[in-house]
This record gives sequence, structure tokens and C-alpha cells, in this order.
Amino acid sequence: MINIEIDGKHLEVENGSTVIEAAHDAGIYIPHFCYHKKLSIAANCRMCLVQVEKAPKPLPACATPVAEGMKVFTASEQAVKAQKGVMEFLLINHPLDCPICDQGGECELQDLAVGYGGSASRYKEEKRVVLPKDIGPLVSAEEMSRCINCTRCVRFGIEIGGQMELGQAFRGEHAEIMSFVSGTVNSELSGNMIDLCPVGALTSKPFRYKARTWELSRRKSVSPHDSLGSNLAVQVKDNRVMRVLPIENEAINECWISDRDRYSYEGLNTSDRLTKPMLKQGGQWQEVEWQVALEYVANGLRQIKSGAGAEQIGALATGGSTLEEMYLLQKLLRGLGSHNVDFRLRQADFSADGKQAGVPWLGTSVAELNKADRFLIVGSFLRKDHPLLAARIRSAVKHGAQANIIHSADDDLLMKISNKSIVAPSAMVASLAEILQALATEKKVAVDNSVQPLLQGVAASATAQAIAKSLASGERGVILLGNFAQQHPQAAQLQLLAQNIAALGNAKFGFLGEAANSVGGYLAQAVPGASGLNAAAMLAQPRKAYLLLNVEAELDTQNSQQAIAAMQAADMVVCMSAYKHQGVEYADVMLPISPFTETSGTFINTEGCVQSFKGTVKPLGETRPAWKVLRVLGNLLKVQGFEFDSSEAVRDEALNGVDVLSKLNNSLQGLTVQTVSTTGGLQRVADVPIYASDAIVRHSAPLQATQDAMAPCALMHSDEMKKLGVKSGDLVKVNVGQGSAKIKVSADDTLPDGVVRVAAGHAATAGLGAMFGSVTVERV
Amino acid sequence: MLSDQIQTQINRELGKYPANQKQSAVMAALRFVQDEKGWISDDDMADIAVVLDMPQMSVYEVATFYHMYNLKPMGKHMLTVCTNISCMLCGSAETVAHLSKRLGIGLGEVTADGKYGLREGECMGACVDAPMFTINNKKLCGRLTNEKIDQILAELDKQ
Repeated sequence: MINIEIDGKHLEVENGSTVIEAAHDAGIYIPHFCYHKKLSIAANCRMCLVQVEKAPKPLPACATPVAEGMKVFTASEQAVKAQKGVMEFLLINHPLDCPICDQGGECELQDLAVGYGGSASRYKEEKRVVLPKDIGPLVSAEEMSRCINCTRCVRFGIEIGGQMELGQAFRGEHAEIMSFVSGTVNSELSGNMIDLCPVGALTSKPFRYKARTWELSRRKSVSPHDSLGSNLAVQVKDNRVMRVLPIENEAINECWISDRDRYSYEGLNTSDRLTKPMLKQGGQWQEVEWQVALEYVANGLRQIKSGAGAEQIGALATGGSTLEEMYLLQKLLRGLGSHNVDFRLRQADFSADGKQAGVPWLGTSVAELNKADRFLIVGSFLRKDHPLLAARIRSAVKHGAQANIIHSADDDLLMKISNKSIVAPSAMVASLAEILQALATEKKVAVDNSVQPLLQGVAASATAQAIAKSLASGERGVILLGNFAQQHPQAAQLQLLAQNIAALGNAKFGFLGEAANSVGGYLAQAVPGASGLNAAAMLAQPRKAYLLLNVEAELDTQNSQQAIAAMQAADMVVCMSAYKHQGVEYADVMLPISPFTETSGTFINTEGCVQSFKGTVKPLGETRPAWKVLRVLGNLLKVQGFEFDSSEAVRDEALNGVDVLSKLNNSLQGLTVQTVSTTGGLQRVADVPIYASDAIVRHSAPLQATQDAMAPCALMHSDEMKKLGVKSGDLVKVNVGQGSAKIKVSADDTLPDGVVRVAAGHAATAGLGAMFGSVTVERV
Repeated sequence: MLSDQIQTQINRELGKYPANQKQSAVMAALRFVQDEKGWISDDDMADIAVVLDMPQMSVYEVATFYHMYNLKPMGKHMLTVCTNISCMLCGSAETVAHLSKRLGIGLGEVTADGKYGLREGECMGACVDAPMFTINNKKLCGRLTNEKIDQILAELDKQ
């Protein structure tokens, strides 16, 4: 610690910090544009010039390290003169178009011009003109003349996003921010550049000219799209969500949000929102009153219960449903006498159920990911499934951590990967076993008996040994099982192996939660327990009645073809959904329920952080929050304990004073390991594309216009394509299970041999069977 | 695609820098491309980015920053006339006017047959010989008079 003085205030600050950091920590504001606490120092805007005693001229506070005895004056005559001079230069080329600028009212340049700008310009010459750019459907770069070349967007791309899509081309007066050869910006974090832009050069394309910042009321919410639970500011005008911005929370989303969190709101007010309860009568859909619809559902459930038995009723919820919704859903089902309730719709292997010591979770806090020094990431489309967790891991890797990957696809994670083992899905267990074997040899210890069967005949490859060495040499290792690993047909074995590797390597291990409430679903008891059927069993052994909470059976399940068949065969399907979707083909009742912006609720994120939020706008049309719908259903069916008058009361009963953190435990005990013999032929590798992950996202037009939302192709190694005699761009018929789909084939030589990558969650592939297992491809 | 010759030249250049700092060779790589093709296309920049393991945009930043890299074809013989202070005082305006008249093109333009390009340059560090121009950034011609320019053009015409 060293002593400095800023504006006469004595401060003790960390050695190595800069003047601007010291000042801001002490509550002294220094004007700035290019400086941002999360980005590297550029010192190119010069707005933060301050006077430093004994320095011959003003110094940029952002790039000046503190020194013992330093005396800084941020508002002295010399400092203010310098700042005003800089402001005059910045305004020379800046257009005077604030009245038509989207940034007006929340513009850093505008704000500082009030304090430091002149009342009139001395500049008489022509201003420079920078041509507009089209950089994609999310970020608008229409008015690049407004750019003050602070390069925050460029630095964000390189340092946080991991890829340099924007850069500063040309020089001097001609310098401009642009992409290479008019390319689009495809980063899944690109929207943050809009927040970072201190002027109106980069603005939100969907929000352009929609509202002024002072007309919007700002309401707190939590993202329902991934398991991080990013804190959102939902901005509302006239009872309509106009825009979503991040709320800073250092422990969770820092000051960022992913594009999925930022632009999903565009899906909230689309024409295919379900706004009235609907009933299918005589094959025709009719809009009915709530009372009629709910009584129909209650009667139907009563009849099926008395006729076929309560166990013929099943309930499925998406992991993005709130804690309250899932709690009431399972309470309703259990009240009726059925335990068939589940939210793990994409999971294939449920053999860990009952052997799990607690609720599966991240295994560490989100913030600690930045401090980890070794990673083993198993089966994860990391960037697309967890954009901000990927950014944290990227940051750790940048600071010297080693990232090791086991996966069936080799997507660019935009970070340095130390070792990777890209294998077919059926080889993943063996691949992980090799690492355990190698680590045991490295550490000269024996492995636990429970995993011995998986190690038989396993010889550690050079890659496995390198990964084991990497893990053994670290102090704060983390082993993470991604969505792909959780959806894998041998997910429990992967978990057991990861657990043993973590034990030998003194590392933590956990799951990158699949959905906003992957932890919350367990705590809401929305899992079948010993006597009920899990999600897969409920579809494999069709029930007579299904209650679907937010679920679109053909898009949100592991085996969509089987799910559709089960729905079509059922006597009654009740869709609780915010949208009119494919469900109209198999459902009997459609109940309009609120998306996250129209209801209060709670998400428990992957690290176990409980975050409750309130509704931000009134429910659209006759839409109602699902917890209220379920409450009324409970009352109509005379199930005990449904007298709730707020979602908070539901939450309090669901959590019942439990310490959430004490419930979290990834340990797996007593799993009987059965090795699975693999059949030859091609295997499917299925990802859920980032903008196909849930219903709201799927309805957001700007997100659907991005590259990430392009119609899925069948991706294969070019060697496999040669064997089939097809070339990129050809239409092929892909068969999985009983279902098939006709899509284009494309070469991807990063894929291992023997696999076909076909995305799930998309209408084009909804007819296919399971996300894992054998697949055949035919020429059409 | 980069030619084998360019590839070899880049590889030799890479030997001068640490293995993890390949991008240090970007200026040289751009120069090799221009020497061979006369200008640098977007595709060439993309190829260089792959070879040097750096973002395409970074290559573009460098290529646009330095004005001696041609981002469009500038003719077989590109004449760059210095118009900085010393040359200006010694009559570079006359040099430009004469070249314009002879070639029928203005600054930044190329003759219709693609043989000559004319552009403005910055100080070439040899003011003693002002006024001057360079041919393809390589050959320096100084103490220019209209007669001397005609003579140089006559020689270039033969090539």
C-alpha cells in the first residue's frame, strides 16, 4: 500500500493501481471515455487528463500508476483546461445530431459535454463523414460519424469476447471502426459493445427509434435462458418490454449479459403469443374462458385418475420454469397420487437418481472459476450453452490457467486449449477413464473400487496422460460436465469418473447447469423420486394424460420423435405455454401462461444462488402466471395445501427454510457400473443451438436472424462424406430412431470419424429420435 | 492463395521472431504480397492472417494504416511523388502536373492500360535530391526536371 493525495484527500491505495482507479475508489469522479474497468488501458481519448504535482504537463489518469507521495489534482485549473481542450477536439468531428440519436439521454459524451464543452464551436471547417456499416441484426453501426474512436468495442471483442471482429482501420482523421470485409459481428456477447460505446455509434438495432431512455422504467429481473442467472434491467414503456440491459453483479454476470439475455425480449410480444385459453372440441380449437378451461382440465384429470389410475398422469416442465411453478406442479401431481414429474427433459441416463448425495450443481462458485488454474471440460458446447461462464474461463486461461477438453465436437472456444480429446460420444466414457488411469499412475495411488470396471482394458493415450499431468500440476483444478455430458446416455458414468478424477487431482467437480433452474428443479422436488417415472420413462411408456409446463414436446426433449408419439397417443394433453406452438396438433387444452417478464418467481442458478424477481409488465391478454393457474387447478381438484396468496409464499414453502448451499452435493455413491458395448455405424452428436434453447428465444426475430440461428445442417467429416458419396450442400435424409429429416449436409473436419452432428431444438430436426445413438444418412 | 515464393519468404521472416509472436511478421508478409502482385487484396490479407495465426481484422488494420501498401491495383509502374515541404519548395507541384499531363491521370489514379499509377507520397528522407518520386516504392528518382521525367518514362515504356 502506498500513500497518495487526490484533491487534498489522503488515500492509501494498492501499489500498481492507476490514478483513475484510486480516485474512483475514493468517490472522486474523473471524466473518461476509453477507460473501462474491465478492459485494458488504451489512453487514447485523453479525457481523463489530470494535474500531477511535479509533472510538467497533465497526465492521463487511466494510464498513470500511483506512486508514493503523489499529489493529484483532478479539478485544478490546469486539469480542467486540459479536459476542456480534449472535449473541444472530440466535438470537432462529432455530429450535432443528439435530437435524433438513440443514445441521447444516456450518452457519456453528451453528459460530459455539459460540464466540459463550450457553448459554441470554434470549428468552421467540414466535419468528417464515416460511412455506415452493416454488422449484423443485433448491433447497429449506422452512424459511425458519431464514433470518437475510444476502441472499447474493439478491446471488448479481443479481451472478453475472445475474437477480434471489429478493429480500427486506417489512421489519423480517417480512422474508423469496422469489421473485416463488411463481415457481421457474430460473437454471442456482441450486445455488450452497445453498452460500452460511450456515444451513439453502436446502438441496439431492434431498439432503434423505439423509445427514449427517460421514458422507460427500469425493473430488475433475472435471465431465464441459462443457468448463470444474469441480473437484468428490464426497461418498460406502456406496459411493454422495450429493452433489456445488464445489472452489474460481480459474483454472477459481472457487467455483461449474453445476446440471448439481451434480445430475447423481442420474442415476448409476437403474434403467436397465446393470449386466451383454448380448448379443442370436435377437432376445432375454440377460445374459452379460464373457468371453462380449468374445469375441463380438472375433470379430465379426475376421470383419468379414477379410470386408469393416477400413475397414468405425467407432468413435464422445462428447466427454465420458476421454482414456484415447478413446486406447485409436483405438489399437484403428488396430491393426485402420481409421482411422474420431471424437468430434466433432455437427459437420457437417470441411473444416478437415488444415488446422488444432493442436488447436482456447479461444484464451485461462479466467481471462483476466474481463479481456477486447471480446467477439464467434459462434453460442453461451452460458448453457446454458457456464454458468460465461457468468458470467465477464457479470462482464467488468459491469466495462465490450462483448459483441457473432452468432447465430440471441436468448436472454437476462442481460448487457448492445452489438450483436447475429440471423440465420438460412445468413446467419451473410455476417454475420461483414460485420464483417471493416467492420473492414478501419475499420482501413484489406486483408484476407487466403484470405477474399476470402467478402467478394464483401458490404456491411457498420450493426450490422456497430458491432461492428467496438467490436472496434477495445478492447485485449483475444476472439472466441469457440460450439457452434452449430462444428456449423454452414460451421464452417470461420466459423473462417477469425473468425481474420481477430481478426488485424485484435488480438484472440484460439478455440472454446468443446463437451464435457469437446473438446481431449483431439484429443490422444488420436480423429480420423480423412487416411485415415479422420469422424463424419459414417461415418454417411453406413454401416459394417458400429460401436463406440459412451458414444454414444446418436439423441441425440448431428448427424443422428440418419441415425445410427439406419446403426446399424440395420450387422451389428454394440457399445454401451459406462452405461445401457440406445434402443441396445437396434439394438445386438448392450451393455457396461456406468463413468460418471465410477466410473473414473479425464483431461479436458483448453477452455483446455488437463489434469486427472486417480480413481474415487470402486466400479463399479455388473458395470460396468467403459471403459479396462479396451478394454484387454481389445485383448488379445483381439492388437493390439500394450495392456499397461497403470493409467489413468495410458494417459494417459502418450497424452500422451507432450508439452507440451499447445504443441499448441493455432486457426490455419487453406490452406482453399479455397466459397460456398454457400442454398435458400429454413425452416431449422432446433437447440440441445442444457442438461439433454440427455449421458447422465448425461438420467437425472437433478431436472434433468429443471426448466424447462430441458421437452419441446422448435417455436419460430418469429409472422409465420412466421401464414403457416402455426398458433397457439401447436398440434401440428405437423416434417420434417427423411427424419425427422419431432410437437411443439407456440410463438411466439418474438426468432427471425429463416425459421427454426424445434427442439432436438436429446431423445427427442421424435430422429427428425429434421440439426441444420442446411431444415425444413418442417405442421399436423396 | 499465397504463392510458394511468398510462403517461403514469410517462413524466413518468421525465423526472426519468437514462435509465439508470429504476427510480428505481418508487415513483411504484406510487403512480399505487394512486391509480387503489385497490390494486396482482401483475400491475401485473409491468407496472411491464417499463416500468421492472427485475426483478419488485425492484418487489415496494419494494411490500412501504412499508406505504402496498395489496397487496389496501382499499375505496373507506380510513381509516388513526394509532396512534402522540401520537394514542394523545389517544385513538386510542377512534377505532378507534368506527370499528370504525360500520363493523363490524376493522383491516386491508374492509366487505362494499367501500365502507370500515380500517387502522392510522404518525405522519402532524401531532400537533397528534391523534387523526387519513387518507382514501385523501390527505385528513387531525384532532381527531377520535365526532360528527366520524359527520359525515365521513355525507359519505362520499353519495359
